[in-house]
Amino acid sequence: MNPTFDSIRIAGPEAVLTAGALVTLMIGTFTGDRGLRALTYVAVLILAIAGFSLMQAPAGVTQYAFGDFYVADSFSSFLKVLIIGAAAASMLLALPYLGDARTGRFEYPVLLMLATLGMCMMVSANDLLSLYIGLELQSLAAYVLAAFHRGESRSSEAGLKYFVLGALASGILLYGVSLVYGFAGTTSFVGISNVVAAAPARSLGILFGLVFIISGLAFKISAVPFHMWTPDVYEGAPTPVAAFFSAAPKAAAMGLLVRVLVVGFGAMALDWQQIVIFLSIASMLLGAVGAIGQSNIKRLLAYSSIANVGFALVGLSAATPKGIEGLLFYLAVYLAMTLGSFLVLLQLRRADGGPVELMTDLSGLSKVRPGLAAAMAIFMFSLAGIPPLLGFWPKFAVFTAAVDAGLWPLAIIGVIASVIGAYYYLRLVKIMYFDEAGVAVISDGGRTNGALIAAAALFCSPIGMLAITPIVSAAGRAAAVVFQVAG
Amino acid sequence: MIGLSHYLTVSAALFVLGVLGIFINRKNVIIILMSIELILLAVNINFVAFSAYLHQVHGQIFAMFVLTVAAGEAAIGLAILVIYFRNRGTIAVDDASVMKG
Repeated sequence: MNPTFDSIRIAGPEAVLTAGALVTLMIGTFTGDRGLRALTYVAVLILAIAGFSLMQAPAGVTQYAFGDFYVADSFSSFLKVLIIGAAAASMLLALPYLGDARTGRFEYPVLLMLATLGMCMMVSANDLLSLYIGLELQSLAAYVLAAFHRGESRSSEAGLKYFVLGALASGILLYGVSLVYGFAGTTSFVGISNVVAAAPARSLGILFGLVFIISGLAFKISAVPFHMWTPDVYEGAPTPVAAFFSAAPKAAAMGLLVRVLVVGFGAMALDWQQIVIFLSIASMLLGAVGAIGQSNIKRLLAYSSIANVGFALVGLSAATPKGIEGLLFYLAVYLAMTLGSFLVLLQLRRADGGPVELMTDLSGLSKVRPGLAAAMAIFMFSLAGIPPLLGFWPKFAVFTAAVDAGLWPLAIIGVIASVIGAYYYLRLVKIMYFDEAGVAVISDGGRTNGALIAAAALFCSPIGMLAITPIVSAAGRAAAVVFQVAG
Repeated sequence: MIGLSHYLTVSAALFVLGVLGIFINRKNVIIILMSIELILLAVNINFVAFSAYLHQVHGQIFAMFVLTVAAGEAAIGLAILVIYFRNRGTIAVDDASVMKG
């Protein structure tokens, strides 16, 4: 069979997304902004088809395509399910918001689809070149999305900040890539791992390149000290876009980081472990402490996402299959928690028509909208990691992996950060349940969003524990694949 | 004879200039865009120099991709900058502080 067609068949989800994005763009150009609702449904359908073609791939088989630039295995499939699911949710949850905010432009689903394509490329990258292309495709779409509310100065400022810092991060990453290429003589992950494993002594050039690459990727997952953009971008960007940023790109960049470090630089684990441990500790602590003084819920959720990235990185610090398994489990649960929290925000609207952004806007919510308040409480308790809720289990998994790898101090700092973080999650619960109703809040989200909230809340509630076994076994298979290639 | 290390030195200098240009510059966002281009240029010099040194074509192909993406990046950056200017009437870096970090 023709190798190109073969490659396209293996890269099925990406092929579907590429064609779908172009087709929806074309339709959108003709229908204009009136077609937003229909286009969103078409886009969700295309994502579903991409997910379906993902399922068509033989399970547990690793396939390479496009001259080993692209790899489809259990690891990429696991993350692609998360990414496509989060992207579809981000499209649907935006409909009520975009409907009346004078920002209802048809480009929203198209840009989201392009970003999804980039993210799928990222988790399937098997070469520094495909890594870069995937990352840029995702980032360029994300810059535009951040500035999507283009009549508003906060949104355009968010877009500008995100663009400047994102481009800087890409530049730093690329400089690292060029150094690794020069000193290893190859850009393929497997090739790099062979060179690194065979070298008698550690090459300083490759080490420098590795540090630059980690810095660039740490920006994309908003790990401290590369987190400065996160609160501003989340606050300024339209709320559905912030919901999207907090979910899918995190999973994709985290998957990319895991693949680069474990597959490409597995033999240098001792070197990168130190860096990842530092990123992890700094993110957990700063995420927990930084959120305390915030009054804007979107900024609070931004700091929460920084802290959660730190917790997920605990799994990577362990550099064991168990740790990666914990990380993947963490990402799956985190996506549901963060999307759920943003969904509740989007479901509400102040009586004067403004969007709900301040924490005080939610005061007394339990009396006005008990269902939404209960859902938000579940998400907050789950994010805080209170045991019967689902959020506790992935934290437990990553900390166990860290302890098994002998990283006691890391696990202890993680638990401390988790306790500090519980303060602000519980404060929101207190405001909703025990404060007097302040600004009148009305709810005008659609029925779809209500269903999504219910599904996410159910998943995060103790009932979600039923899902632990399938998720963990899938994550276990995914983690094993990465180490197989490396080993 | 100009060897690999000379190219690497030039590219490292350009890279540092680009990064400093982003952080020290307090006047104009356009200068930041120029600094980003400078960083990407440094990367390309690296790629081409390594490619010639290793007698491989990979690095030059990579440089082509970087050039293409840099063009797209500049286009999007300028577009966002135009929106920002329309809303605020200024492109001074210090004024980009409606939200405090």
